[in-house]
Amino acid sequence: MSVLDIANVSVTLGGTAVLDDISMHVAKGEFVSILGPSGAGKSTIFRLLTGAARHDSGTITCNGQPLATNRHGFSFMPQRDALMPWRRIIDNLTLGLEVQGIRRKDARAQVTPLLADFGLDGFTHHYPPQLSGGMRQRAALLRTIVQNRPVQLLDEPFGALDALTRTQMQAWFEKRWRAARWTTLLVTHDVREAVALSDRIYVLSRRPARVIAQVHVPAPRPRLGRPVSAQAHAIEAQLLEILLNQTGETP
Amino acid sequence: MQSDLPRRPGRGLARGIPAVLSVVSAFLIWEIYVRLSGISPLMLPAPSRVLDQIVLNRALLWDNTVPTLKATFAGFALSLTVAFGLSIMLDFMPCVRRALFPIFVVSQTLPLVAIAPLVVLWFGFDLTPKVLLVALVTFFPMLVALVDGYAATDPEIEDLMRSMGATRGRIFRNARFPSAMPYFFAGLRISITYAVVAAIFAEYVGARAGLGIVILNAKNSFRPDLVLAAVVISSALTLVLFAITALVQRVVLRWRDVGDTR
Ligand SMILES: Nc1ncnc2c1ncn2[C@@H]1O[C@H](COP(=O)(O)OP(=O)(O)OP(=O)(O)O)[C@@H](O)[C@H]1O
Ligand SMILES: [Mg+2]
Repeated sequence: MSVLDIANVSVTLGGTAVLDDISMHVAKGEFVSILGPSGAGKSTIFRLLTGAARHDSGTITCNGQPLATNRHGFSFMPQRDALMPWRRIIDNLTLGLEVQGIRRKDARAQVTPLLADFGLDGFTHHYPPQLSGGMRQRAALLRTIVQNRPVQLLDEPFGALDALTRTQMQAWFEKRWRAARWTTLLVTHDVREAVALSDRIYVLSRRPARVIAQVHVPAPRPRLGRPVSAQAHAIEAQLLEILLNQTGETP
Repeated sequence: MQSDLPRRPGRGLARGIPAVLSVVSAFLIWEIYVRLSGISPLMLPAPSRVLDQIVLNRALLWDNTVPTLKATFAGFALSLTVAFGLSIMLDFMPCVRRALFPIFVVSQTLPLVAIAPLVVLWFGFDLTPKVLLVALVTFFPMLVALVDGYAATDPEIEDLMRSMGATRGRIFRNARFPSAMPYFFAGLRISITYAVVAAIFAEYVGARAGLGIVILNAKNSFRPDLVLAAVVISSALTLVLFAITALVQRVVLRWRDVGDTR
């Protein structure tokens, strides 16, 4: 059974049709990506899942329950980092754990061993404006991961990183994901990233977003930290083709 | 990127120099004018004479400063408590906010001249009416600042907390309340400048002691020098309170200074 099930959802925001009859699902332990052009409505899908926006038609369920009755939280990483400027980095990192009722001291103990991997060692007592954009994004990703909820919603988690750091963080994330098997929904407009990380990819059209393709990536894992397979190359080419020739018909 | 940023006390002092200069020169011009024109001290006493009066009447001034300070602090504590309590209630109950806010606005339109004698009439010559008047005058800027501050919380931070499964109460504590602090201090600075004046006005209308009483008696016995001596004390009190809020703000809003110095 699907953990997340979005069926025939349409959304109009301020008179603009944003999502048009979107259907997608994510199975337990599956890694699914949403790939689409900028402004398509990818973040809007997350806003529906986190309850920040309402859909006009269609249904969204989580573990078969309507979303409203299912408020035990996601590990959600918003597109903008949403770090609290009044909290030091360490206290931003432990926010999700504090909400789960974990004592601040124990929460810190969980976060501390991961600081080095995220390049945040020595910056725990800085305030967010003292960090670079890439560091802030890594802090936001770490804040998300330590929550360790069964469902992860990641909105362009690697977008602000330089190419080298991005590859490192992706590899780190894949390793971690293989161990934890979170049910993961990732938003990206990076074709290579989608192919490297996902089991399945939904491609969205320009706004109003429709699902114009669904692509499986059967390549074996781990995929990062080794040369891209011929199969993955072929899928990347196929996805680019779809994105570039968006005419609306599903191939 | 050092974690302990320099405090720059020197620059802080240097920035105060123009203010000191302008105040000193204003008093100098006043002094010179009084001496050259030979105007009667019953009309306009020179600053030096006012200073003399402060020294001469220091016991009297001190005895009457204490009740004024008491009224100011008690009134301010009351208004702070009420502003915080009400703001939280209004934030959780928007319908109550819509019902009560007009009343608070109206409370600010009441002329103090008219309301003060009534409050004294109802509550007597003791501390109570002064405390109430100080609270009445100071609570509104703080309440408005808090309510606006809560509303200015970054919606993405609230969305994030909701996605974590945070309760409304926790979102308030961890997001809305800290977001409101810069606004609160802006309101606090306005309030604090009204506080001493309100206490003195309440005393002027009816009290046993206080700077307001000193001013009233001095005026009735044609002693403008003593009136001004009391005024100097009251200004000094307000300045001290203002400095205290600035200090507290510096500690509470340390995270803002950090962002600015980049
Ligand atoms: N309140 C609103 N009123 C009107 N239009 C809105 C509103 N909120 C979002 N939109 C529109 O919805 C569209 C989708 O926004 P969304 O943030 O979901 O895009 P996205 O796919 O995440 O884009 P990006 O890749 O740039 O992050 C945008 O074109 C935006 O202009
Ligand atoms: Mg987006």
